[in-house]
Amino acid sequence: MDNLLSIIIFIPAVAAVIMALFLRGDDLAAQTNAKWLALLATIATLLVSLFLLAGFDPANTGMQFVEEYPWIAGLTYKLGVDGISILFVMLTTFLMPITILSTWSVSTRVKEYMIAFLLLESLMLGVFCALDLVLFYLFFEAGLIPMFLIIGIWGGQNRIYAAFKFFLYTFLGSVLMLVAMIAMYFAAGTTDIPTLMAFEFASEPMVVLGMSITGGLQTLLFLAFFASFAVKMPMWPVHTWLPDAHVQAPTAGSVILAAVMLKMGGYGFLRFSLPMFPVGSYVMTDLVFWMSAIAIVYTSLVALAQSDMKKLIAYSSVAHMGYVTMGIFAANQQGVDGAMFQMISHGFISGAMFLCVGVIYDRMHTREIDAYGGLVNRMPAYALVFMFFTMANVGLPGTSGFVGEFLVLMGIFQVNTVIAAIATTGVILSAAYGLWLYRRVAMGALVKEALAGIQDMSRRERAIFAPLILMTLLLGVYPALVTDIIGPSVAQLVTDYHAALPVVAEAATH
Amino acid sequence: MAQIILFAPLIGAILCGFGWRLIGERAAQILTTSLVFLAAILSWVIFIGFDGTTQHITVLRFIESGALSTEWGIRLDRLTAIMLVVVNSVSALVHLYSFGYMAHDDNWGHNEAYRARFFAYLSFFTFAMLSLVTSDNLVQMFFGWEGVGVASYLLIGFYYKKPSANAAAIKAFVVNRVGDFGFALGIFALFYLTDSIKFDDVFAAAPGFADTQLHFLWAEWNAANLIGVLLFIGAMGKSAQLFLHTWLPDAMEGPTPVSALIHAATMVTAGVFLVCRMSPVYEYAPQASTMITVLGATTAFVAATIGLVQNDIKRVIAYSTMSQLGYMFVAAGVGVYPVAMFHLFTHAFFKAMLFLGAGSVIHAMHHEQDMRNYGGLRKKIPFTFYAMLIGTLAITGVGIPLTHYGFAGFLSKDAVIESAYAGSDYAFWLLVVAAFMTSFYSWRLMFMTFWGTPRGDHHAHDHAHESPTVMLIPLGVLAVGAAFAGMIWYGVFFGDEAKMRSWFAMAPAAAHGEAHAVEGEAAPAEGDAAHATTEPAATAGHDEAAASTEAATEEGHAPEAVATDAHAAPGVAPPGAIFMEIKGIPTLHAAHEAPTWVKVSPFIAMILGLALAWKFYIRSPELPGKLAAQQRPLYLFLLNKWYFDELYDVIFVRPAKWLGRFLWQKGDGSVIDGTLNGVAMGIIPFFTKLAGRAQSGYVFTYAFAMVLGIAALLTWTVLGGH
Repeated sequence: MDNLLSIIIFIPAVAAVIMALFLRGDDLAAQTNAKWLALLATIATLLVSLFLLAGFDPANTGMQFVEEYPWIAGLTYKLGVDGISILFVMLTTFLMPITILSTWSVSTRVKEYMIAFLLLESLMLGVFCALDLVLFYLFFEAGLIPMFLIIGIWGGQNRIYAAFKFFLYTFLGSVLMLVAMIAMYFAAGTTDIPTLMAFEFASEPMVVLGMSITGGLQTLLFLAFFASFAVKMPMWPVHTWLPDAHVQAPTAGSVILAAVMLKMGGYGFLRFSLPMFPVGSYVMTDLVFWMSAIAIVYTSLVALAQSDMKKLIAYSSVAHMGYVTMGIFAANQQGVDGAMFQMISHGFISGAMFLCVGVIYDRMHTREIDAYGGLVNRMPAYALVFMFFTMANVGLPGTSGFVGEFLVLMGIFQVNTVIAAIATTGVILSAAYGLWLYRRVAMGALVKEALAGIQDMSRRERAIFAPLILMTLLLGVYPALVTDIIGPSVAQLVTDYHAALPVVAEAATH
Repeated sequence: MAQIILFAPLIGAILCGFGWRLIGERAAQILTTSLVFLAAILSWVIFIGFDGTTQHITVLRFIESGALSTEWGIRLDRLTAIMLVVVNSVSALVHLYSFGYMAHDDNWGHNEAYRARFFAYLSFFTFAMLSLVTSDNLVQMFFGWEGVGVASYLLIGFYYKKPSANAAAIKAFVVNRVGDFGFALGIFALFYLTDSIKFDDVFAAAPGFADTQLHFLWAEWNAANLIGVLLFIGAMGKSAQLFLHTWLPDAMEGPTPVSALIHAATMVTAGVFLVCRMSPVYEYAPQASTMITVLGATTAFVAATIGLVQNDIKRVIAYSTMSQLGYMFVAAGVGVYPVAMFHLFTHAFFKAMLFLGAGSVIHAMHHEQDMRNYGGLRKKIPFTFYAMLIGTLAITGVGIPLTHYGFAGFLSKDAVIESAYAGSDYAFWLLVVAAFMTSFYSWRLMFMTFWGTPRGDHHAHDHAHESPTVMLIPLGVLAVGAAFAGMIWYGVFFGDEAKMRSWFAMAPAAAHGEAHAVEGEAAPAEGDAAHATTEPAATAGHDEAAASTEAATEEGHAPEAVATDAHAAPGVAPPGAIFMEIKGIPTLHAAHEAPTWVKVSPFIAMILGLALAWKFYIRSPELPGKLAAQQRPLYLFLLNKWYFDELYDVIFVRPAKWLGRFLWQKGDGSVIDGTLNGVAMGIIPFFTKLAGRAQSGYVFTYAFAMVLGIAALLTWTVLGGH
């Protein structure tokens, strides 16, 4: 099992290659074969990744399952996971079979669709496992392509605009990151991530264009990475690509986008920004806090005004990501634990919310909230599932949505009570838009004629939701499943962060 | 045993909610009801046999993060025992009652199953409420707190086809969340100060809060007061205190058994429970306590004024509930927490019974709720009438003045008013006036419903019938409670300090003088409080518990005495369920010493209210109409509930929606997209030209080849690495 991570990463890619080379034709049989092959490949990935989880030692805060090989042009192929990254790997492998299963009713270009998802899975897994800057960058950027295609080809009416908006926003952010990476290589002489995490980048103030920059090189590097990760999260005010992308993306695309791809930004903050540029992070903390707090209130209010279901959920995602960035930069155990938890939990909940929209979109082919109403009368099972995830999205205790939010707010309160108070208003607003959406879709009498014959969820659809419900409840009632794994690594991260800050800067916080 | 009590309703809810298709609706109903009855019986066993010593039972790990360590667990002390009895008894009776009440419901068609869902919700609510009252830390309490909120949301919106019910459900949840906002911040502040949110750790640290400054928002605050206020904001939401009360009247959209269980007896008292549970903090938070007293008294008054003119039978009782909750908060605010719990306890009986009685009337009158269409129902539904009569005697506080014989409300409400007299003039006078109005609107309800001539649709009156036995049994049981609960438990809640101390397992009275001494020495800031408190302690020598108070007096004279008692030592939680040594005990003594005119004042207010109601609704029924016409602005002001809803709509709801639209269209649309897209404008048209090719798959193939290339490269290096 020396190459466990590589195996996990490349199972989907290999399946994609097999599909591309050997699967011919576009008849029904070929489509079914493509779906089954994709499903089996993702399930196989999930099963193999369970070995990873079983073999992982939470108490060890270093990198585990490390693989390192020389690669072309002096570059290194290096993989590994620690307490910060392993759960993202698990989240991805867990959600992919569900996503594939949700595409069962797709009938256009099925083979290509499946290939796109399989490649996307490989690339996403690569992002979370890569321990070399160049490798990370390759995975990080290449992941854009399949998602770009998924939106641009299988999306809705306005898919081209949305796909390009998605691509340009995230790509332009990443260009700055690439520049920063080159600068890091010149400063530290290596692209090895663990080495860079221990490396101290210069933090003496420097003068650029007549402006003195506190934190010097670290601040500049931080900002360059920040540009990329902030777009990816997305943070206010660079979030506007997300609602468009979600609205136009097919259901499965939305699920992966919300559940996994947004997390790459948060993962980036934890893997690069805090450990490598502590002074830069510290200097910019207030900026991040305010951007997060504004995001929570702003996007929650905007969500109230939406008439498109997917847009509403997309805005709610931005608000939830606001808690994540806030928690990370609170830089204490509760804040970072909470941010991690929120990301994992949001993976299940937002994925499920988009699947909930998908269920009725498949039937009625509209995302307009006004086209629905009274679904509970004909779709009781659906109404129950939708209610459950609405409540989870609202952050009800007992569901995983609560734990992350609560820990983040607890963490931020210790650092900045103003931000904590503003962010806590999110619990009121989320209840307002969440329940109002639910009311307009599911409650009331069933009066619309178009809905008169609507069918409740099929067995396949129930099977899709069952694992999501299970995880949401399990993590909500017994959060130790997550905190036991991430706890030691987060503790190490927080300790290192504070140790790396100059004494003066630390003193200012107290 | 405590675990069985806690989980029986949950098991019932799950089996009933998901399994009723297998076992049938009827069996599901019986199952949930039996499980809750089991819980109720065990609760009484615990309540009667409990010695008061706090027990901690751990069930499962919960949120753990760094210093934060919480558990799912059960804290069993006197407060919990009281709440267990209240919650499970009322819940069990409401389950039983619902067999009859929900048997036929015109809101549903023949083939629509709704009963199992209703029972599952009721049991789920019971579980959530139990997890709230049994919790050993603030996070689990918050779980129960929000859990009952969800149950309440589901049950208010039970008739989901009615737009009004859906609106009321959302309103209840969102307004409660405003309260939860404060509650959550309070929890965070406590964690910030103590690194723990377990009750015992918090209580142990509480004396220090009084001398701690906490930076919150833009200012420095006294930690104890800040935490007290934040937690109370949570209590205001849940217990429908003024400014966060608007959801409660609307919550009457739910079926009547729900109103009795959730919106009268149990959930809405959670705020009172919270304040009593946090008594070790509130004892050190004089300003927060004053705020509770003032707001509670004002709520009691305002709600009573609105109750005077409402015509919907359930809304009258809803405002009455809100008003009575105000009474409880006054008692808690002045520091006499046992009295707050006493009124909570008796109120659960008589208010649940009034609601169930109202349900019985509504059931008899074919879901007519407007009292203007009632009248003369005494003969038609005699059992309901007598039950409600007992309830009315209880809530208005009928008893023999200056003795301890009377209906439940007589003892508990008078205890509240006497405590208020000892603690706050403002609260005292408002509560006495509210007592007058309580009597008026309660008798108005009785007279309009059961006396006079039948009004409104005569078919409804012709077919009015007594409710089935399953509905009358709960009424009877609760009537017994409404009649006797006050007299039986008067001593331990209020009357006898020594008994009260041992019942709540507080430190014996001898120690409390020492406690003051220590406070006085350890914290000079507390010196005033210590001085202020020695006087009433000294005058309490007449009390029945002469021996113990003498000791207290001695200690009061000898403040230099060395304290050895546990509850005074810093870092250790005080024993028992309630801590009231700082201001509670002195207030209690002063309340015991209240002059005679104070003790009879609620009785007089009650008699006046009854007389006026009799004059208005029996003697000269034309008077109310004339008065309303003459004082039209005032009448409309009260009828429209002081225009709170309209005000909130203008201040909060509409601006929020407007702001949302504005931020979306202008902020996201014009400013952000406008700027960023403007930059990209030169690029996008170029790409849209490529769009056609993207669809043709050209770009797809290209990009795909690129990704494959990367993948192949990686694979090759992995394999070649060996």
